Amino acid sequence: MGIRKFRVWRGDAAGGELKHYEVEVNEGEVVLDIVHRLQATQEPDLACRWNCKAGKCGSCSVEINGKPRLSCMTRMSTFEEDETVTVTPIRTFPIIRDLVTDVAFNYTKARETPAFAPPEGVAPGDYRMQQIDVERSQEFRKCIECFLCQNVCHVIRDHEENKPAFSGPRFFIRAAELDMHPLDAREDRKAYAQEDMGLGYCNITKCCTEVCPEHIKITDNAIIPMKERVVDRKYDPLVWLGRKIFRRDQLEGAVDSSVGRVHAEEPHEGVHWGRPKPAPQAAALGEDGHMDLTELTFNRPAAASPFGDDQEFPLPPEGLNYHHKDR
Amino acid sequence: MTTTAMRPSKARPRAAIAAKTLRTDKWRTPPLTIGAILLLFIVYSTVRLFMGRYYVVGDYGYLTPLYSPCLFKDCVPAASHFGQPLPAMPFFIPLGAIVFPVVAGFRLTCYYYRKAYYRSLWLSPQACAVQEPHKKYTGETRFPLILQNSHRFFFYLAAVVLAINVWDALHTFRGADGHFGMGLGTLIIWINVLALAGYTASCHACRHAFGGKLKHFSKHPLRYRMWVLISKLNPKHGFYAMVSLWTVMATDFYIMAVSAGWFSDLRFFN
Ligand code: SF4
Ligand code: SF4
Ligand code: FES
Ligand code: FES
Repeated sequence: MGIRKFRVWRGDAAGGELKHYEVEVNEGEVVLDIVHRLQATQEPDLACRWNCKAGKCGSCSVEINGKPRLSCMTRMSTFEEDETVTVTPIRTFPIIRDLVTDVAFNYTKARETPAFAPPEGVAPGDYRMQQIDVERSQEFRKCIECFLCQNVCHVIRDHEENKPAFSGPRFFIRAAELDMHPLDAREDRKAYAQEDMGLGYCNITKCCTEVCPEHIKITDNAIIPMKERVVDRKYDPLVWLGRKIFRRDQLEGAVDSSVGRVHAEEPHEGVHWGRPKPAPQAAALGEDGHMDLTELTFNRPAAASPFGDDQEFPLPPEGLNYHHKDR
Repeated sequence: MTTTAMRPSKARPRAAIAAKTLRTDKWRTPPLTIGAILLLFIVYSTVRLFMGRYYVVGDYGYLTPLYSPCLFKDCVPAASHFGQPLPAMPFFIPLGAIVFPVVAGFRLTCYYYRKAYYRSLWLSPQACAVQEPHKKYTGETRFPLILQNSHRFFFYLAAVVLAINVWDALHTFRGADGHFGMGLGTLIIWINVLALAGYTASCHACRHAFGGKLKHFSKHPLRYRMWVLISKLNPKHGFYAMVSLWTVMATDFYIMAVSAGWFSDLRFFN
């Protein structure tokens, strides 16, 4: 297919710019191939994140011509021959370097969402569910956590200040999945979605559904049903009356609603490495300001371990601490 | 310069990209088109609402959906399929005052239309991955937008209005002599009723009420069936929303034109 024009954002937290490149493109290639060719031929220190190249790991999210996409699933044949293809990092999260952003926000939100609560008196292994009851939740299990939906959502993309209050579409499908789960024992998922996840911020403009590479109908099948469930609980006088009459309100609170809630501000211990954390050290740069990353000229087999070179794996088990305050 | 050894700290900057969007496709077209259609409908229905004339073709039983049910003393008798229990109203209360708040509220709080006008008329956001112009955003968390949660009540009322529309449409099989007859108007009115039925049945609140709210489908086989059926219609909700907007306008326009004598109804028989 010949030589094509590209613009790739290069830079880091201190600033950056779109740089122009001309790269060879072959039949059947995807944008990620081109990023790799750039790395191999012109920019050895171009940072990008990827893993499976099969649209299943969700690592390679970038914005291509302004649209949030998986770079491993965007075929070069979808562009015109003379088109300049612009590749930028996803915008909503802090930049680390070049095409790599820090998506920690999403893991914080994931940690805040209360996990599946098993029903009382049923031992693990004895869970029985009918297919039609779990069907709806199964759609949401297709999520590959590419966070493209989180990136495109204007609630946080255009309003950084909403981040503490808003969990985002990826976690609304999680909320819906658990609220629809036939065996989940929690009764407060609707309240949680509304009060702690910021469901009300979503104005159902459907951008999350438009970008989801797994084609999950995020808005129609998760967010809107969750909004309706919140209305059931909160705003529908008929349902409210029914609950009062049939005393269903007393069932609520069967699970203590404060259990399992984690908040971003709370200190989170994370993994205990069993020794002091290594001090940050700057990477060695060559004369051109680039990292020396070609294996041929590099004095070691790969880049330095972020855990420090003296860290042995697996970690000593007594030091491990996957601490969660409920467990 | 960021190095591999840098550690995350709070509030770090995003990539410094100044462009509001880097999209190169024609992302302006859909919101502009939809916005134009919505404005057209708003203007058209307002004008028609306050016109107070040409809303019924008595001979053939055609009644525009914008005025049905017509329950006021000053309605044309042929338009009042449900009698006239209410007194005549001053000029600023139009004859369609019964149905208008219901259908307007239904469409205003509809999940599809919300998307449509948030994008087209409020630019929040105008298109995906395009920066919106607003400084602050609280979504539907506070007044007035929190009232969008009332959608299901409008759905219940709209279901009644749909039944009334069907009743009205049954009156259209009539010729000038009072016996069975059919004309182009009959066809148009029935197409409109079908579009409205599709729109109402595919509503998200409907899907929720009939089965979506359940946790255990297996315990409610009938409601599960209903839910499956509605879930098949539901993805086309936006389509029905737009189609029914046009059919309502077309139906009303046709009845206005025939009633005002701009052209006469094309009769198939009688
Ligand atoms: S539909 Fe809601 S959650 Fe999805 S992108 Fe739009 S505002 Fe965000
Ligand atoms: S819901 Fe879709 S877009 Fe969002 S993280 Fe999961 S796979 Fe990605
Ligand atoms: S590399 Fe795994 S999804 Fe693209
Ligand atoms: S009418 Fe559109 S969602 Fe109810």
